[in-house]
Amino acid sequence: MTYQVDERGYYGKFGGAYIPEMLYPNVEELRTHYLDIWNDPKFQEEFRALLRDYVGRPTPLYYARRLSEAVGAQVYLKREDLCHTGAHKVNNTIGQILLARRLGKEKIIAETGAGQHGVATATVCALMGMECIVYMGKVDMERQRPNVERMRILGATVVPALSGNMTLKDATNEAMRHWINHPTDTHYIIGSVVGPHPYPDMVARFQSVISEEIKMQLEQAIGRPHPDWVIACVGGGSNAAGAYYHYLDDVRVKLVGVEAAGHGLDSGESAATTALGRPGVLHGSKTLLMQTDDGQVIEPYSISAGLDYPGIGPMHAHLFDTGRVQFVSATDDEAMGAGIRLSRLEGIIPAIESAHALAALNKLKFSKRDVVVVNLSGRGDKDLETYIRWGKY
Amino acid sequence: MKSNRLTTLFASGRKNLLSVFYTAGYPGLTDTVRIGKALEAAGADFVEIGIPFSDPVADGPTIQASNKVALDNGMNLHLLVEQVAELRKISELPIILMGYLNPVVQYGVEAFCADAAAAGVDGLILPDMPLEEFMAEYKPIFDKHNLHNTFLISPTTSEERIRRIDAVSTAFIYAVAASSTTGAKERFTDEQIAYFERLKSMHLKNPFMIGFGIANNNSFRQACAYSAGAVVGSAFINVLRESKDLEEDISAFVHSLKDGKAL
Repeated sequence: MTYQVDERGYYGKFGGAYIPEMLYPNVEELRTHYLDIWNDPKFQEEFRALLRDYVGRPTPLYYARRLSEAVGAQVYLKREDLCHTGAHKVNNTIGQILLARRLGKEKIIAETGAGQHGVATATVCALMGMECIVYMGKVDMERQRPNVERMRILGATVVPALSGNMTLKDATNEAMRHWINHPTDTHYIIGSVVGPHPYPDMVARFQSVISEEIKMQLEQAIGRPHPDWVIACVGGGSNAAGAYYHYLDDVRVKLVGVEAAGHGLDSGESAATTALGRPGVLHGSKTLLMQTDDGQVIEPYSISAGLDYPGIGPMHAHLFDTGRVQFVSATDDEAMGAGIRLSRLEGIIPAIESAHALAALNKLKFSKRDVVVVNLSGRGDKDLETYIRWGKY
Repeated sequence: MKSNRLTTLFASGRKNLLSVFYTAGYPGLTDTVRIGKALEAAGADFVEIGIPFSDPVADGPTIQASNKVALDNGMNLHLLVEQVAELRKISELPIILMGYLNPVVQYGVEAFCADAAAAGVDGLILPDMPLEEFMAEYKPIFDKHNLHNTFLISPTTSEERIRRIDAVSTAFIYAVAASSTTGAKERFTDEQIAYFERLKSMHLKNPFMIGFGIANNNSFRQACAYSAGAVVGSAFINVLRESKDLEEDISAFVHSLKDGKAL
């Protein structure tokens, strides 16, 4: 059993490259070059140097004493919230912009939900002096205003996506359309482990630094590189992919993915793909998808813009299918409560996406000695308005 | 593959073929049959009926909007198969269904091919089903039901890949006129003309139709100079959207495209 992508671009029965012919040359160019570039020591040197000096890696692995007492386990937080720009997303955008430069691309496009990927993309474009267009659903632009302005300050053009529910799915549609219309000089920095092969594998590799560091940091902290649990939230699944990556074949480590249940799994307003989805094809890959019997994609809902997506990366569909990862879900209320609890116990206000991962701490059965790593994928600055509106603190 | 209406049409050697794309269930849920019939009466050579989808990433604003209206009208793939069967009773036009893969996958590819063929469909165009997946998974099913699958090529498709697509195509190749999503344009650029010339000089075994950006008699004739014919989509959807009398407006539109008479 392998959990990695195969030669055809599949994770088990999920993945592939279901793209219109107009995108074939772009995707084929990536497919034929990405591994050579990734494996090039010069690329690695450049990538690692920027992660260290610019992003601020390694991010701490922090033993959360008061949270541990409350949960009844040894809880460590992987502090991706301390990355430059405030979330793990920048690991991937650094990798992809270096790759885009090697391929001779001049312009960058991206989609964004919560705005973290958009900010991370605008940031690296400023760093490299490249033109940047970010597509963002109009609804998300309203609920994540600070991030919209951050992108603009960084010099990016933010284009509202006006179709559908005007959230992440629609922003992704618009970005793909833009790419179809600008195939030669533009690189599309997809922000999650979704899209046609090789994107899921490429993004997972750029994010794999998260579990690479956890291994080393745990070795120092507890004398062994593996925890008993790794917990991460899953929208498309990039922070989870990075947190699981080096533990996928280590069955001693229980892996947990936390999806957004929105107003509840039965409410019709949810984004919990593994609970509600079936195999389907969207945005270039075969994966689990929330859809009607007729194959129309269902508009998802979550209080968290970053988890508000009707699918998951094909890698996660496979990890769900094989049972390697246990998927649970957290409602808006559960996630907000978990976010407040972390704020009060540890002085850390988490992104609402990451608060979903924290909410799972109430849903799983730990023994007191269990070492539990929660990937704290982002910080809550961008979510203050949502916290304020929620109000129960 | 046995011959069918589509291969018979292309084998006839007729020039300047006009294929018209329209979205099933648009503007009204039951207009699918009526529009097909009117197109045949007006002189269209075949039709491509669009399967509405919630996320049409290869389409521009016009066809996106028609997809949304059709879905809001209650259009679905099962209903479309019934409508095609109804159209087939009164029409001998070759019929192609065109759409994104996901609704077909949910219907079940085998069941869909069987039902579509029984209803009188001659071919399919599924733009997000790549050549590789078709060959690996679906070709035997299509062959069994005598459904022709049409692949797209674009200005950025390499010659080697065009040859590969030509080798496995069975009716015609759909040459996308520009690196773009669908949508009506004013005229072709020199670059596009050079691309059409390149295609023509490749002497492919399959005829090719040019689509995306055909809007009027001028672009239609230009495209036909290099190809077996041309496909018009968004410009036709624009006519449907504004139409007060479908039959009359469809007739006027087809004549203006083919003969250059003003609308």
